Amino acid sequence: MVGTPLTPSTTTAKNTALVSCHSCHLLCRPRASSNSRRIQCPRCGAPLHQRKPRSVTRTWALLGAAAICYVPANVLPATRAISFGNVQTDTIMSGVLYFINTGMWPIALVIFVASICVPLLKLSILSFLLISVHRHSAWRPRERTRFYRLTEAVGRWSMVDIYVITISVALVRLGSVAVFEAGPGIVFFGAVVVLTMLAAMSFDPRLIWDNKESRNDRTENRTTLD
Amino acid sequence: MSASRMIACHECDLLHRTRPLPVGTQARCTRCGAVLYSHRRNSLDRTLALNIAGLILFALANSFPFLAMKLEGQSQQIVLLTGIRELYRQGLTEMAFLVLLTTIIAPLVQLTGLLYVLLPLRLDRVPPAVWRVFRWVRRLQPWSMLEVFMLGILVALVKLAKMAEVVPGISLFCFFGLIYVLAAISASLDPQRVWEKWWEHR
Repeated sequence: MVGTPLTPSTTTAKNTALVSCHSCHLLCRPRASSNSRRIQCPRCGAPLHQRKPRSVTRTWALLGAAAICYVPANVLPATRAISFGNVQTDTIMSGVLYFINTGMWPIALVIFVASICVPLLKLSILSFLLISVHRHSAWRPRERTRFYRLTEAVGRWSMVDIYVITISVALVRLGSVAVFEAGPGIVFFGAVVVLTMLAAMSFDPRLIWDNKESRNDRTENRTTLD
Repeated sequence: MSASRMIACHECDLLHRTRPLPVGTQARCTRCGAVLYSHRRNSLDRTLALNIAGLILFALANSFPFLAMKLEGQSQQIVLLTGIRELYRQGLTEMAFLVLLTTIIAPLVQLTGLLYVLLPLRLDRVPPAVWRVFRWVRRLQPWSMLEVFMLGILVALVKLAKMAEVVPGISLFCFFGLIYVLAAISASLDPQRVWEKWWEHR
């Protein structure tokens, strides 16, 4: 699979009043007369937008909600295991520590990366991207786009802990011998995963490049003025 | 209304003039490196074959027990739905729904939706509302997380093996197969080709 060089133009769809469909990538020219509200893609029927609607506001809102849920997700107990009369409640982090102490460090690593690192990474990368868009930054758009792709790719792996708990809950139902229950912490953790996934979906990476173009236009104007 | 033979990068909006690609290659955006479109070998046929295999594996994976646990002479067999039902019983309705969506609903909608789109297109027919179905198939794709679920199974196996004897069931192997098939489907499906084909037959 080798990338084949294409003939790129020097302009974007936005600058030529074209709209690329979010869903099927058909390039459309909306009629000037038509009301700008609710234009549909002629091929797949998806609503057409120049950019994802209110992308920055929506992403901030979802990200804020995720950051709030991140606290109870890590503070409240995620699991409660009762075996032979002993009750052991664990948060996500104390679960990781338990695995380290019992010598199961590969599991500890998987859970630590998926449940602690990945959500933090997503929260910080998306905040960084949003701030850079706010500030009309022209700093390394290609690398910033790569960061965005990374958040989209790794987000789903946070679900691992939820699945581990689901399977444990299903298997350990041996009545009086052992009981395994999921706690409220895992509900907030699920909310973090879903909210950060929605935040990544509502962010429009083209905003990163829009800034670059408006910068270029400004500098060009300045040079012509000089 | 459409400006054909042009495509805008969906990640940076730069316009490119499209041209036919050799089989097995993909075109990338010259500015940000995103994949614009690709030409996959026998995309429709391969995806359709994999899709049918996927539906069979999905049915098998959900009808047989996938793990069993033995402890103190008691044995416990579970199917995939057991965990979801148990979460629901413990009052964690949202969690039960999230797991149901990501491990059963999304993969099932994806597989049946793709069959609904691809089989008639293969026979040069256009089923009703094909565009809506295909759009939903694409939209639900990020929520289908069976490969993550697989990692969850492995972690749970290692974790619970300390407490009791855990025996893998027949559907666990179907799951492994299903994950391979789903990955192969996303590698062989060429959404651009599907959209074009339906546009031609409209």
